Amino acid sequence: MTDAALSTSASLAAAETLESPARRAWRRLIRRKGAVLGLVVIALFVLLAVFAPLIVPYDPIATSWSLVRKAPSMQHWFGTDELGRDVLARVVYGARASLLAGVISVGIALAIGVPLGLLAGYRGGFIDALISRITDAMLACPFLILAIALAAFLGPSLGNAMIAIGVSATPIFIRLTRGQVMSVKVEDYVEAARAMGNPRWRIALVHILPNILPALLVQATLSIAAAIIAEAALSFLGLGQQPPAPSWGSMLNAAQRFLTSAPWMAIWPGLAIFLVVLSFNLVGDGLRDALDPKAR
Amino acid sequence: MLNFLAKRLVQIVPTLFFVSVLIFSLQHLLPGDPALVMAGEERDPAVIAQIRAQYHLDQPIPVQYVYWIKGVLSGDFGESLRNKMPVLELIAQKLPVTLQLAAMAIVIAFLIGIPAGIVSAVKKGTAWDYGANLFALWGISTPNFWLGIMLIFLFSIELGWLPASGYVPLTENWRASLAATIMPAFVLGNAIAAILMRHTRSAMLQVLESDYVRTARAKGLSERTVILKHAMRNALTPIITLGALELGTLLSGAVLTEQIFSIPGFGKLIVDAVFNRDYAVVQGVVLTTATIYIMLNLIADIAYILVNPRLRG
Repeated sequence: MTDAALSTSASLAAAETLESPARRAWRRLIRRKGAVLGLVVIALFVLLAVFAPLIVPYDPIATSWSLVRKAPSMQHWFGTDELGRDVLARVVYGARASLLAGVISVGIALAIGVPLGLLAGYRGGFIDALISRITDAMLACPFLILAIALAAFLGPSLGNAMIAIGVSATPIFIRLTRGQVMSVKVEDYVEAARAMGNPRWRIALVHILPNILPALLVQATLSIAAAIIAEAALSFLGLGQQPPAPSWGSMLNAAQRFLTSAPWMAIWPGLAIFLVVLSFNLVGDGLRDALDPKAR
Repeated sequence: MLNFLAKRLVQIVPTLFFVSVLIFSLQHLLPGDPALVMAGEERDPAVIAQIRAQYHLDQPIPVQYVYWIKGVLSGDFGESLRNKMPVLELIAQKLPVTLQLAAMAIVIAFLIGIPAGIVSAVKKGTAWDYGANLFALWGISTPNFWLGIMLIFLFSIELGWLPASGYVPLTENWRASLAATIMPAFVLGNAIAAILMRHTRSAMLQVLESDYVRTARAKGLSERTVILKHAMRNALTPIITLGALELGTLLSGAVLTEQIFSIPGFGKLIVDAVFNRDYAVVQGVVLTTATIYIMLNLIADIAYILVNPRLRG
């Protein structure tokens, strides 16, 4: 190795001891091509969702009998659907429902799952046994089937679909948090915090929670991908976003009926789901590698 | 081993109990009076009162649960509101269709996932590895209902090779049956192949770095023998049991896949039930799925011990 290479690696090592864990994780994340690509695509879709009215000139729910199932053209890049609505406009506006559903349902799962997991892992005993058995029971019902059943009983709407998906995803976060707490709570620094007379809730929130955040962050990112697919699936079945509001899942449902005469109706919403889900999976995988202490 | 079995069996009881409570409570999520919901269009107070008495809806909730679980334990899951058939009979009728689909999907998943995983581990860092990883990402990220629609478009509408929908039982005409199920089975298997590929790859990588593989190479064995006889055997044992655990993914996937290909299986049963507000069927399907899943988990655990001599004893 040359002197120059040695000195840069030495300065890198020095920088590494000074920077915060979050900064280091970020630096390692953006070294991964896949993760960067994922972040860029997600950012693009967020921009599309936020600035939808500025990006597409058409109203996503305006129907037109003279424009029914027109193939892609200069006026309508992605073609039009069975009611003469612009498919591009519906794909762009549909990003709102998908991204919202992904983020909110995982937010619900985190909000219920993390406190319960902390409680089970930290308190142990009967409370742990009870929470763990309920978690087992929920995990025994396949994710999408549980979400469909919940959504069916709650009634079809985008809000209820988010609740159904969030509740169905909760046991994963309970189990993950509990497992992480169990392994962290025997560490010396937690022991020290306890010896100093800190109350239990303070130890759980200030000393344990920050140390399990990386694992939660990775799982949350991957869960957003699963939640977006689940929302599309529920909307496909008519249990999510209600017509005429655009959503990728319900667009695919309509498209299936016109596959012979208007295949473009099926291509774009599916491609949008695929790209967003792929991006969240890429970022999740990248985060897992970037936050892995063994890979340092 | 016996000790472990006993412990696992005892653990199943509370899990099944909570599953049943969970599924029973679904009914109470229904907005409004369940008797009114069950009555549907019917507004006659006498009919509603009769429904209330018949389903014990006038009793406290824990008592209702006891009535319900008593029925379930004796094989009475209630009856379908739509066609008045016993729910258990409906499930028994639809389950074999989904099992055929699931079995074909698992075979497809193993045929694609395991070779892809082995190749990507053995040729780590090459174009092969890169390609296999891309395939895994594709498999995990593709919504299966979209893949199904695209396959119908390609193979049924454009090429006209396969039927777009419908189902023929294997016993009736096996060729037609395979033609009708190969696309949905591929859609289901695709996602699981991706998961299997990732697990196979990491298991193989671990084994390939182990001492005994180095010894086998040092003995002068050919690379082919080392990989096929020494590394693969040890890497694949945990993967076999993983197949059982992916059943949840399969059943979840079957819901939409059967919907798209109009296959009258388990998944279509729950979707139809949801649309007809046939809540007893929804509960029955979820309960059956969960029970099958718990049992398969148990079998996977036992199989894992049987193939791993260190865990016997």
